Amino acid sequence: MSEEEEFQLIESDVHPLDGYLREGRIPHIFCPACSLGSVMNIIVEAIKEAKLENKKVSVVSGIGCTGRISGYLNYDSFHTTHGRAIPFAIGLGVTDPERKVIVISGDGDLFAIGGNHFIHAARRNADITVICVNNFNYGMTGGQVGPTSYKGQYQSTAPYGAVEEPFNLPDLAASCGAVYVARWSALDVRRMKDSFTEALLKKGFTFVEVLGSCPTTFGRRNQLAEGKKILEYFHEKSEIQHGADTKTVGISKDSKIIVGKFIDIEDKPTLTDNLMAVQRMSKAKGK
Amino acid sequence: MSRVEVRFAGFGGQGIGLMGRLLGEAVALGEGKNSVMTQSYGPESRGGASSADVVIDTDDIDFPKATDLDYFVVMSQEAYSKYIPKLKKGGIIFVEEDLVTLDEHADKAKKIFKIPATKIAESLGSRLYANIAMLGFLCANTDDIVSEESLLKVMKTKIKARYVEKNLVAFQKGKEHQ
Amino acid sequence: MSKKNEDSPEVATGQHYTTGNHAAAEGSLAAGCKFFGGYPITPSSEIAEHMALRLPKINGNFVQFEDEIASIAGILGASWGGVKSMTATSGPGYSLMVENIGLGLMTETPCVIVNVQRGGPSTGLPTLIGQQDVMQARWGSHGDYETIAISPSNVQECFDLALECFNLSEQYRLPVTLLMDEVIGHMSERLVIPPKEELTIISRKKPTDPPDKHLPYKADDSLVPPMATAGEGYRVMVTGLTHDERGYPDLTPEAQDKAVRRINDKIRLNKDKIIKLEEYMLDDAKTAIVSFGTSARAAKGAVNRARKKGIKVGLLRLITLWPFPDEKIDQLADQVDRIIIPEINYGQVTREVERAAHGKTEVKGDFRLGGAIHTPQEILKEIERN
Repeated sequence: MSEEEEFQLIESDVHPLDGYLREGRIPHIFCPACSLGSVMNIIVEAIKEAKLENKKVSVVSGIGCTGRISGYLNYDSFHTTHGRAIPFAIGLGVTDPERKVIVISGDGDLFAIGGNHFIHAARRNADITVICVNNFNYGMTGGQVGPTSYKGQYQSTAPYGAVEEPFNLPDLAASCGAVYVARWSALDVRRMKDSFTEALLKKGFTFVEVLGSCPTTFGRRNQLAEGKKILEYFHEKSEIQHGADTKTVGISKDSKIIVGKFIDIEDKPTLTDNLMAVQRMSKAKGK
Repeated sequence: MSRVEVRFAGFGGQGIGLMGRLLGEAVALGEGKNSVMTQSYGPESRGGASSADVVIDTDDIDFPKATDLDYFVVMSQEAYSKYIPKLKKGGIIFVEEDLVTLDEHADKAKKIFKIPATKIAESLGSRLYANIAMLGFLCANTDDIVSEESLLKVMKTKIKARYVEKNLVAFQKGKEHQ
Repeated sequence: MSKKNEDSPEVATGQHYTTGNHAAAEGSLAAGCKFFGGYPITPSSEIAEHMALRLPKINGNFVQFEDEIASIAGILGASWGGVKSMTATSGPGYSLMVENIGLGLMTETPCVIVNVQRGGPSTGLPTLIGQQDVMQARWGSHGDYETIAISPSNVQECFDLALECFNLSEQYRLPVTLLMDEVIGHMSERLVIPPKEELTIISRKKPTDPPDKHLPYKADDSLVPPMATAGEGYRVMVTGLTHDERGYPDLTPEAQDKAVRRINDKIRLNKDKIIKLEEYMLDDAKTAIVSFGTSARAAKGAVNRARKKGIKVGLLRLITLWPFPDEKIDQLADQVDRIIIPEINYGQVTREVERAAHGKTEVKGDFRLGGAIHTPQEILKEIERN
């Protein structure tokens, strides 16, 4: 977009995302300085960039703050039950191999209550793109500790600090068979868009973790009460290491935050490929 | 006609379930009568004792399980001991004579038919045909269960093509056994 | 003895001798089921196995999920993908499914769940019969809803009623339960599958208005809205939250009243069309047996035996368990001196009969707690008891 075009846009009544968001549903419920709004925009930008046919895009969410994103997007959108977005998306996806199904949900939804579905979907190489906005806690329910909370993190159900080890999400995804794994913080909007686009254009189980800013229920308890402070924290701690060994990208208190594209595997048969193969086998002679 | 209850029993691997399925289907699809086939199921059906019941009636079959056996077709000692109490007084026993030793409980039977089904099968190359030899024997010595024609028809569709011929011979041998 | 049916391979037209589980699978295929998502569990696994064998041949898909929670989520997703979908399970698996059955009810998603009942609670009797999930089929999920559950008494009905479950789920847009039991599931009987053209197959009503005018949860007098699915350009918006006619979340008492009232009323007001009963020798009966599923077979045997002895007794067989036939029971309570309910549980249908009989007649349950079925003689004894 040229400077002139941008200027015209500011002057006009047209918003660049008109038609891509459900008008009647705005304003959204996200807190000031929450990163979900920008993640939502970036998803739409990536869908545009990937030149996906709108009719062929479905967005599926579970429950939680991130889970609300599906309902704001003007695609076929499904706001399901807590933790169950992935199997719902698998059922939806296999009914039309041309359909691109995006699962967008939070860390608690995808990795606590829904963890079993995540690992099996990755194992199957199900044709879905999973975007997890990891805000390190349960935001919607008021800031409880979650499966990605780092040790020593204060949350409402960890008043003395979290004591359990968190999941290393890229490593979990990679070890279960995901063909594309990337991580960016909410600050890395352009790189995030590029990763979303790549993930959308790739067949099979693709996964992008976005480290989100949650000033209200995470930041407030952990000396990061302003959204800007969290982004500054991401800025200060982030280090891009494309192709990093996912075993080394776990996040702990005050550790470096390794971001980048870690996994990008070609030519692995997907769930759809395999189901088609079963159809062919079932029709082979003598079966 | 009134209700007839048949129980096939033996050990796992003798093809007891197949005997039940063949008889049940032959009756229900070939004879215009009703039949219900039930099998022992679950852990109990893997190895050890195995049984299959066929209930036959011209009327609706209200109770699908066999409780008061008219015919007890038995191919192992364990199955004999377990199920002989279920034979009704005046019922009929078909027994694999080399594998089962009868005792005083068999006295309530009106008639006992004995056949070395396994030996007959072995003479055809495999003991796996013993069940079909027994079916032939049962068919030849009863008149209220099933016709030979219906049974043979089902055998030809339900038994794997490459085993049909041998099984038909086994059936014939069982039928001719005196 | 199936005939090869080249034109419609999904319908296995012909005479078969097969189990209730296989018959239920064939009934589902004949109804047009193209997706099965499931998890192995005794005594229902043969349904999954049969679908795994048959579906790929007709360009359908079978996915064995990681658990029952995923299975029900998957079939809801497939239904929104535009295909008829199902799962099959038993009590423990159904327990895991109930949350998403609620999602299906709230989002009005057609699908079929087969529950081949075994004895419970908990792991209970995996290989043996129970009829203990009657109330679970009605009230398993939280919140207010009406639902449909149907119970077959023979192998033929496993086929016929599986097909009927799909028809009802498509017509009324909800998950429908086929409530089988271990004995029916595992026993073999004659099954006759008619040619496809003789079957009545119902599919969901589709919207006729253009996407920009379409309100996905606006219903006409039928109370059942037409269903646009993914990929049709309607940009469907589906949520388990209370929603308005656009499908948008609306968390107000007014929206709740409107939405929840309608998903209940679409069943309540169509009860008469949904409920199927078999009445046997009830005309002059002074004693009525009310039964269902496998138990109803022995109950009929008991009626026949009692009639031979000159006892005026008849059978009301509940083919449809939910919605419950309140009016029929009420009417029966006016006619008979006593209602006996043989069931393989500790009084689930009996309590419903008591409720619907309004104290007008004696109501007596004849319970087995699971693992065995009543014999006709046992029920006869109950009839003869004074």
